Amino acid sequence: MTMPHTPALQLQGIVKTFPGVRALDGVDFDVRPGEVHALLGENGAGKSTLMKVLAGMYQPNEGRILIGGKTVAIRNPIEAKAQGVVLIHQELSLVPEMSAAENIYLGELPRKSLGRVDWKTLFAKSNAILERLKCRFRAEVTVANLSIANQQMVEIARALTVDARVVVFDEPTASLTDAEKVVLFDIITDLKAQGVGIVYISHRMDEIFTLSDRITVLRDGQYRGTLDTAATNEDEVTRLMIGRSLDLTRHEAPPEFGKTMLEVRNLSCAPLFRDISFSVRAGEVVGFYGLVGAGRTEIAETLFGLRSPSAGEILVDGQPVQITNPRAAIALGISLVPENRKEQGLVLHMNCRDNMTLPQVQDLTSGPFISNGAEIAIFDQYRDRLAIKTPSWKQSASVLSGGNQQKIVIGKWLSMQPRVLIVDEPTRGIDVGSKSEIHTLLRELAAQGYAVIVISSEMPEVLRVSDRIVAMYNGRIMREFDISEVTEDNLVQAISGIKAEEVA
Amino acid sequence: MSMFSNNPALRWLMHNPIWGFVLLIFVFFSLSADHFFDARNLQNIVVQTSTIGLIALGMTLVMINGNIDLSVGATLALAAAFAVDVQSWAAFATWGNWQILPAVCLALLAGIAMGAINGFIVWKTGVDAFIVTLGAMLGIRGLVFVYTGEQSFYAANFAYSDFSMMSLGPFPVLAVIFVLAVIAVHWLLSRTVHGRNTYAVGGNREAAVNAGIRVGPHMMINFMLIGFLAALSGVLLSTQMGAATPNLGRDYELWVITAVVLGGTKLTGGKGDIIGTLGGVLAIGILRNGMNLMQVPAFYVYVILGSILIAVLFLDKRFNRTQNGGLRL
Amino acid sequence: MLIARLKAGGPTLAKQGILVAFILFMIVFSFMSDRFMTTGNVMSVFRQATIVGVMALGVTIVVIGGNLDLSVGSMLSFATVLVVDLHDKIGPELAVPVMVLATLCLGAVNGFLIGILRLNSLIVTLGMLSVIQGLVLIYSGGQNVDIANQSETWFRVFGRGAVMGIATPIILFVGLALFFHILMTTTAFGRRVHAVGGNPVASVFSGIPRSRIVFLTYLISALCVAVAAMILGSRVMGSQNNVGQGYELQVLAAVILGGTSLLGGSGSILRTVLGVLMLAFIQNGLILMGQPYYTQWLVTWAVIIIAVWLDVAAKRGRLLSPIA
Repeated sequence: MTMPHTPALQLQGIVKTFPGVRALDGVDFDVRPGEVHALLGENGAGKSTLMKVLAGMYQPNEGRILIGGKTVAIRNPIEAKAQGVVLIHQELSLVPEMSAAENIYLGELPRKSLGRVDWKTLFAKSNAILERLKCRFRAEVTVANLSIANQQMVEIARALTVDARVVVFDEPTASLTDAEKVVLFDIITDLKAQGVGIVYISHRMDEIFTLSDRITVLRDGQYRGTLDTAATNEDEVTRLMIGRSLDLTRHEAPPEFGKTMLEVRNLSCAPLFRDISFSVRAGEVVGFYGLVGAGRTEIAETLFGLRSPSAGEILVDGQPVQITNPRAAIALGISLVPENRKEQGLVLHMNCRDNMTLPQVQDLTSGPFISNGAEIAIFDQYRDRLAIKTPSWKQSASVLSGGNQQKIVIGKWLSMQPRVLIVDEPTRGIDVGSKSEIHTLLRELAAQGYAVIVISSEMPEVLRVSDRIVAMYNGRIMREFDISEVTEDNLVQAISGIKAEEVA
Repeated sequence: MSMFSNNPALRWLMHNPIWGFVLLIFVFFSLSADHFFDARNLQNIVVQTSTIGLIALGMTLVMINGNIDLSVGATLALAAAFAVDVQSWAAFATWGNWQILPAVCLALLAGIAMGAINGFIVWKTGVDAFIVTLGAMLGIRGLVFVYTGEQSFYAANFAYSDFSMMSLGPFPVLAVIFVLAVIAVHWLLSRTVHGRNTYAVGGNREAAVNAGIRVGPHMMINFMLIGFLAALSGVLLSTQMGAATPNLGRDYELWVITAVVLGGTKLTGGKGDIIGTLGGVLAIGILRNGMNLMQVPAFYVYVILGSILIAVLFLDKRFNRTQNGGLRL
Repeated sequence: MLIARLKAGGPTLAKQGILVAFILFMIVFSFMSDRFMTTGNVMSVFRQATIVGVMALGVTIVVIGGNLDLSVGSMLSFATVLVVDLHDKIGPELAVPVMVLATLCLGAVNGFLIGILRLNSLIVTLGMLSVIQGLVLIYSGGQNVDIANQSETWFRVFGRGAVMGIATPIILFVGLALFFHILMTTTAFGRRVHAVGGNPVASVFSGIPRSRIVFLTYLISALCVAVAAMILGSRVMGSQNNVGQGYELQVLAAVILGGTSLLGGSGSILRTVLGVLMLAFIQNGLILMGQPYYTQWLVTWAVIIIAVWLDVAAKRGRLLSPIA
């Protein structure tokens, strides 16, 4: 696959910083006409940021964008589209109450006199595109009535309204069924044959190896290299993606564990997860590893009283319990550091101290009033213990860096003196330094006798912090690994739904 | 549910429950109130409905945009004051019946201008439309009082008040104007690019911006439309009264919003249509008229309408329960 | 250096905009009218402001909790008509508690629909506005009510009485304002209201009983209305059926002017008091300057929009909205 073309699109030395984070650090990337170029990296590696720069949603601090060999400035998504660069979003950006056709031609509806919509042209063109995509619904249908997968198809159809030079697919298969994936891959092959450059962002190795011609890997906002798909293998890509330090940082020497703090038997919450059984002992870290949507977060939410299980039982300290709301969970000594720090973890414009003491503020009173001293004492204690960097407790949580925000949330739950601490994606969107601090912290907590559950989509993270790893796929536990027996291969296989040979 | 989905008429009613209610009360009053079903009374209902109905058309646009306009009652009063007062200006003294024309034009322009001010402020300052129009509701009412000096104006030209009595064949002219406005706004919303963009802006503002729709001017146009419709409603109301009082149109915003929400338009934007809004205003109109005929004190209408409004919200919530993905929040 | 300073100072100034504007207005009015800054005038303005003021305290708490209450106006009609009517029928000793309980029941209905059923507060309270107005009319049969013996009842103390030369309504208003200020700034309840309004999802994830908190904010709002009704009923010694009509918007204007965000989670009782006083002093100042009373509406229009604009601009760091 060597085509000595001018690249359809070239990014050179792109730097993008956000307050506290260097999201992209001198990234180079190019797509040739008629190739599928996969972009790989873990969550937070900078893939989505790079694509938003490309689509004009972010302006880079440094670096150039070249289209067809010429430097261009892309100030907004409309300019990007005019240049033939189309981004198919990971999150759907559709208007639910409008027809598929109107969504496909949003902002560019064909007109007749008097500002009327030319429905005939609109539906004819849209239906033609949908047919090309082998969609089984008509363009007249309202988007709100379509399945998520079909909505995704509408999103993809948007890319085909213009003469695209480059189409970016950002994790397009996350919500598609296998049959729908096949259709999508056909479309991509089709586009490719027409000389369109495809950027394909995904986590899934199998897809990348079937589809792509070249693979570029990002790690922590840095460019790690570009490989020819034909000349490489999964191992090499994985190594680039998660770094060589992987084996060194693996958690070793399992300590003595205490008694079982939390046990879950045949827990189900249809249709999110089924038949889940596991246990966590004091002093132990159990990692839950799987793809997004595998049902891990939903288990945590059920344990925290935010969902009603449809079957199964939960035992805390050997006693069967009913957990009907978060207060009940807290009373049983279960704490949850949620997945989405900004939406679920923090009241952003509240100050750090108030955020930290929120779950127990009703108990920190002297007379009818909140005891200022008790609150500050708790804040100071966990600020020191977690090394939270903030000038004062009066600082609004919104201005802290991601890492410090996460530590506030962790501090909030540690201060509740839990017996079981559940941590969901503890380092998502956090810079490297804070990441390793949080990993060390989780290990220390286990050493102090907490039973810890860590949910993560990042392999190095689960490998580094866990004593045991539960691999999940599609709402089921595929396999439980002891840290000593786990390898990257069998872990990846387990979470991709391929049954490992050891499992009977 | 499945037994309904086969019959298209029933399926349509499922999507427009307010029309089921309209039908119900229509049948009820036809059977139980003596003069309800008289042609004359039915004409009356449409004329009575038109005042709130015209504004509700504009409110539908603004609310689908995800905004709201609380200043419509005051705008109505301002337009009515202009329409009645300007025709007696000395400058137009020799114009005969034509003196009404500049008065009405000025009144409608005043309405458009008030809408433009609201829309421009919402666009440029980014302050929520609720707050902007709450301020305007007070401010425009202030303008009305400044202009009228707290006085009521009476139309000197009898042709003006005669207008409201005119008929086009069997139909009262006010009803005809209302029906034409309904058709026009329905056409605008369902057939034109501007109308379709109204849904896009309210349904997913970020997507609309990314698709290159100029959201600011777009919203301003809708505010101007509601200003125009409120002014038109004010002019027509003043022809019925032959006068304009400074307190005209107080609380109309509440009635209008009630009607529009009854018609299925979402406060959060992106959803709603003129058919539903028409059902909403007719429900209010028929209830008031029918209960009046049955000599039920008007008080009960308040209780019933408020309860229906809350009930509609409750049912809507019941039927669309899946929003948090089953999470108990 | 200077520019950087100004830039840093701009947002701070904008945040205190209401205070700055208040002081400016006071200075201007004192120059324009000799009578403005006299004790008599200030006290009289204060007294006039108490009804809107007391209701605004409750609505502030509702709004900090992330909701709206448009039903306070007709609730005021309800409570005033009820207490005045019952006064002669069962005596003030019973009339007052019955009225307070009945008003709390209305607040509980709001709280149930919004807090527990999670219905949209704007529409629910709009519907309740209409329902309660209807209930008042049904109850009174459309008649206005009066207290027969106006000079001898102790009920007059709420509106017309004075303690040590200070009118009771002022004492009630200031007392309630301080009480709610302390409630909102120093107690767990206040903290939880802020949290629920600021981020309802995170509040639930922190184990806060969100439904109960919202429910309570509506009870507080109803309680404030009941107090306002005592002041109003006792001052007028009678009531029209629609006496509270339009109050909901005056109240909301005062709350917004006080810088409480309609998005919930932030706001302050004391600044609401400032908003209430500012509206009252604008009205009074303009009248003293010989302007008709409705000029205040024009000024209020401008003041509300500028105040909120500056607040929004300070938060986003630029004056004009980025909307294309």
